[in-house]
Parts: sequence; structure tokens; C-alpha cells
Amino acid sequence: MQSQFDSGAKDQKANRPLVAEFRAATKRYGTVLAADALSFGIGKGEFLSFLGPSGCGKTTALRMLAGFETPTSGEVYLDGERVTDVPAYRRPVNMVFQHYALFPHMTVAQNISYGLMQHRPRPDRADVARKVDRALDMVRLSGFGPRRIWEMSGGQQQRVALARAIVNEPKVLLLDEPLAALDRKLRREMQIELQTLQRQLGITFVLVTHDQEEALSMSDRICIMRGGRIVQSGSPNALYDQPISRYVADFVGKSNFIDGRLTALSATEGQIETPVGQRFAGRVSGALPLGSKAVLSIRPEQIDLAKSARTGAEAVTVINRIFLGEHTEYLVRHASLGDLLVLVARQAEASAGSFAPGDAGFISWAPETGLILPQD
Amino acid sequence: MRLYAFAVYLFLYLPIAVIAIFSFNAGRHASQFTGFSVQWYGKALSNPFVTEALWTSFIVALTSALIASVFGTMAALALQGMKGRVRVVADALIYVAVMVPGIVIGIATLIALVTLFGWINPLLALLAPEGQAPQLSMGYGSLIAAHALFSMSLVIIILRARLAGMDRSLMEASADLYASPFATFRQVTLPLIFPGILAGFLLSFTFSFDDFIIAFFVAGSETTLPIYVFSSIRRGVTPEINAIGTMVLVVSLLLLVAAQVILRRGPKKEGADAA
Ligand SMILES: Nc1ncnc2c1ncn2[C@@H]1O[C@H](COP(=O)(O)OP(=O)(O)OP(=O)(O)O)[C@@H](O)[C@H]1O
Ligand SMILES: [Mg+2]
Repeated sequence: MQSQFDSGAKDQKANRPLVAEFRAATKRYGTVLAADALSFGIGKGEFLSFLGPSGCGKTTALRMLAGFETPTSGEVYLDGERVTDVPAYRRPVNMVFQHYALFPHMTVAQNISYGLMQHRPRPDRADVARKVDRALDMVRLSGFGPRRIWEMSGGQQQRVALARAIVNEPKVLLLDEPLAALDRKLRREMQIELQTLQRQLGITFVLVTHDQEEALSMSDRICIMRGGRIVQSGSPNALYDQPISRYVADFVGKSNFIDGRLTALSATEGQIETPVGQRFAGRVSGALPLGSKAVLSIRPEQIDLAKSARTGAEAVTVINRIFLGEHTEYLVRHASLGDLLVLVARQAEASAGSFAPGDAGFISWAPETGLILPQD
Repeated sequence: MRLYAFAVYLFLYLPIAVIAIFSFNAGRHASQFTGFSVQWYGKALSNPFVTEALWTSFIVALTSALIASVFGTMAALALQGMKGRVRVVADALIYVAVMVPGIVIGIATLIALVTLFGWINPLLALLAPEGQAPQLSMGYGSLIAAHALFSMSLVIIILRARLAGMDRSLMEASADLYASPFATFRQVTLPLIFPGILAGFLLSFTFSFDDFIIAFFVAGSETTLPIYVFSSIRRGVTPEINAIGTMVLVVSLLLLVAAQVILRRGPKKEGADAA
């Protein structure tokens, strides 16, 4: 397993003051290690996402920040204060729950004012009403205040949940797969809305998701998780261009992988040899000793598909063609490399001609676009 | 098969129907219907023995149902917080408690209370000045205690089902919105389980109001309505008894229907948040 590695350090946004911090926070459920010595900081105003497969500990990390779980060991800091043992109701963070968890016995407005009404002495009613209206405005639900929760659609309930959290102006807003229950179109809309809202309010957002598209499109920074650890964290660009392992490359975007052994290594360049003796050059990312098992990762859009052979091109057969609008995705079969994905831009296809299943073709890629990664 | 089912229903409901019909009998004999009249209802309600028994039953039912609701709710909430094997055993024991025959509960409560009084009364006699020591004995207290004990299991079962069906994240959402555990209980948990508590209360009330077996053992010198009916039946079934029986039946049915309606209506509201 990779050590924690922050490739986003160069990001200008990474220099913000920290609003929350985990210091070796570990959570154990019996024999399950749900969070394994998590150490990371969250910058003020940052949009941070936790991305990883089911069961990797994303929710656990979020719940330790919210105060629903106490770390087995390690510390959690909020705004410079140690909050490891502070219960949820005394932490200045709010959460949007996966299934919204709206109070069914209250109206929309009562739900939204719930957090404000807990303050002692009780806040001014007119003031609360004003804040609730503003929050409803922000999530585009003006006038829905007196409605009952079950009179709202799924997407509307989602926005009520959002309003209920942001009306309290939390230091950090936690979102646990908030869009998972929405259909594709609505999800896309809400992603944009969330982003806009985050910029408007300047609140720090921490989002948990297993949808890479969601994480890539919204976040300033993404933490890729695996087995309770953060494998790599960085900006979406950094993760896409410089993954430090096959796991990350596979999780962020699509990629083709060619297995082999590292046979040559310079400062940044390297060469792998496949089991049948083919050799490919590429940039080396991550810590790799000479002779170790490695994998060459090539993004589908970096492969060129042509009708005629060029030097260094590999002969393939087209298996499938999927039209995606701006792009066309081809699945091609190579005698020894197996099946590969190739993404051809619309313009390129218009000039070079398209392929039908069964057609022969030749693929090639620039050596510097290939990434040699540790096999994990 | 259909005939068989019909016969079963006939057996079940014919005697009850006969009681209800004969309670409106104008004549004084229970065997022949001589005309419609409500005079027996009037007679029953103006009989001081009946009204006194009715009052006793009412007080016992009300108090025991209140106690059962409060303590049953607390027990159900505590059970909800338990984990694993302890909870499974505790749950099983509650179901057993409901299935234990009334006669066993009656005898057990009687023995337990008599033993307890046997210890406490001498102590009280020691503490209090000469001759003025209060003597604990069977009566209201033991009736209420025994009924509350039994009804509590009913309340716990109803509330356990309700709590289990309740989204735990609602409580977390409340805590997340700065509500202390007590504030969460008052503003979220209680309103959501209240229909269950109310239904439990009504069932407990009905149970206590109708109960004869347990009451028979622990009532001491008190006479509840079922005990009164039992003792007067030994002098023969009169239309007056029929009238009392019909009244008890109607009240019980109304309460049971009310409890059902409350329980049915509750979860619909609750499920709406996950939609
Ligand atoms: N209350 C709990 N008791 C026992 N084990 C738990 C508990 N909560 C989580 N776990 C375990 O801890 C690990 C991490 O769980 P977590 O919920 O954080 O995963 P996740 O990344 O959020 O997954 P998903 O995408 O499915 O929501 C899992 O193996 C899970 O089974
Ligand atoms: Mg989760």
C-alpha cells in the first residue's frame, strides 16, 4: 500500500488556513479498520471530496468530523481546537444526510429553522423567519416553507436538507453522498447548484462520494481512499495526470493498463517489458525499483487510431463503437495486449474516417503520454 | 370448510350477540325476549354497587395504563440503545411476559406482594409510633401494580416496533443541528413515537378495565367491574348484567379501534421522509 502522498501541495489553494484537521485519526470496529491513521487538513473555503469504493471508510471519516463517531485513537481539530471528544451537538459543523433525514413531523420551514431554534437564549422569531426565507431562496424553494415534507419531491427534499444545513452558517458543511438518490439529470443540476452555492457562501464543503465524475467536476481537491487510508490527494487535474498507482489511475477517469516488468529506469523515464517481450517507454510515477512489477497506463484519449500502419503502431481489430456526441469510444482488440479503449474526438474522426466493428486499424501513442505505475 | 369457518364464527360471536340483544330486553328473564327497553342500563347505572365497581375499575385502569405507558416507554428506549445478545434476550423475555397466562401472573403477583408486605409491615410497625403504623395490604395499590406490570410489556412491544422502524439518522440530524440529547428526545423522538405511546396507553387501559383473572387474585377487598359481574352472576344472569357487559364491550371495542387507527396512521407520516 502506498504511503500518503499529497500531490496537490503545489496547488495555490492548498495554502489556505486550515479549518479542520485529522491527526492520525483511527477508527476500529471490532477487527475492521475503518479509518487507518488518517492525517490531513481541510483548508478554509475548500471543496474537498473523499472518493473511494464502498466500505473504504469515507463515511467513517465524515462522521468523525461531525462528531457521531469518536476516533479509537488520534485527534480531530476544528478551527484550531481539539474536538476529538466533543459531541456532535457542540460542533460548528452541519451535515447533509444521504437520505436527507428531514423531520417528518415538521414543515419545511420548521425543519430549516430547527438548528437556529436550538440556541439559548431563543433567537428572535422575525430574525429566524428572515434567515429561513433567505435559505429557501438560496436553494430556489421560495414559498415552500409551510409545506409538509412528504409533499416535496426527492430533489426538493434534497434542497430542503441543504437549506437546513447552510442556514446555520457552519464552519464546515459535510455531505454524505447527497446526490446518490437523485436521477442523472437532477444530479447534474444539483452538482452545479452545490458548486455555485459553495462559491457564494464561502463555506468549506466536504463531500463523500463514490462517483468519480461528481468528485472530479466539483472539488478543489480529492482524497482517494482505500481500506481506511488516503492513497493520494490532490486537485482533479493532478490526480488525472499524475496518479501514483494503478488504483488511483483506475479510479480517476478511464485508463488502459498494460502489465509488465520495469526493465529500464532513468530520472523520470522508464521502460516496461510485457510477458511476451514487447517493450514500451513511459514516464515513471511513484516509487518503483528496477525489475519490479509495473503497469503502463494510457488514457483512451491519448491513443491514436488510424487506418494505415505507421512506425511503432500496433495492429488491432475494432470490436465495438460507441458514439458519445463529442467523442466516439472504440473498443479494440490487440493480439497480446488484450482489449483497449480508444477515445476519438469528433473532429479527428471527421478527418480520418470512422471505423465499424470488425475493421482493422492501427493504434499508437506518444511515449511521454504513457505512465508507468506500481502494480497494486 | 366454509361451513366450518361459519360455525366457528357463530360460536365466537353468537353468545356475545345474545348478551347485547338481551340487554335491551324489557322482561326480567334472560331466556325470553319480551320487548325493547333500555331500562336495564338505567338500573345498572343507578346501582351503587355497579357505579362503585365501575369507578374502581376506571381508576385502576387509568393509573396502571399511565404507569405502564411511562415506564414502558422508558424501557423501550433503553432497549433500543442496547446491542447484540443482551437485546435479543431482553426482547424475547418481553414476548414471554405477554404470553404468560393471567392466572400465573395473578398468583405470582399475589405471592410476591404478600411476601413483600410480610417484610415491610413489621418494619413500618417499628418505625411508626405505637398503633399508628400503616398496614400495607391488597387493594388499589396491588391491583394497579399488577396491571401496570403486565401492560408494560404491551407498551414495550408496540414501541419497540415503532422505534425499530424509525430512521436513526433523524436523531443524528437533530444532534447535528445543535440539539442536546434531551432536546432531541423532546423535539424528535417523542413526537414520532407518541402515537405508539398513545396506542399502548389505550391497549393497557382496555386490558386493565376488562381483566378478571389477575384482579381476582390481587384485588383484596376492592371490587372491580369484572369481579362484580362475576360475583353477581352466581346469583343468576340478569338483564342488568347483560347491560353492563354490553357497555364494557362497546367501550373496549372503541378503545381498541382507536388504538389501531392511531398505530396505522403513524408510520405513513414517518415513511414519507425517505421517499
Ligand atoms: N457501526 C459500524 N459497526 C461496524 N462496522 C462498521 C460500522 N460502520 C462502518 N463499519 C465498517 O467500516 C468500514 C468503513 O465503512 P464506511 O461506512 O466508512 O464506508 P464507506 O466508504 O462510507 O462506504 P459506502 O460507499 O458503502 O458508504 C466498512 O467495512 C464497514 O463495514
Ligand atoms: Mg458511506
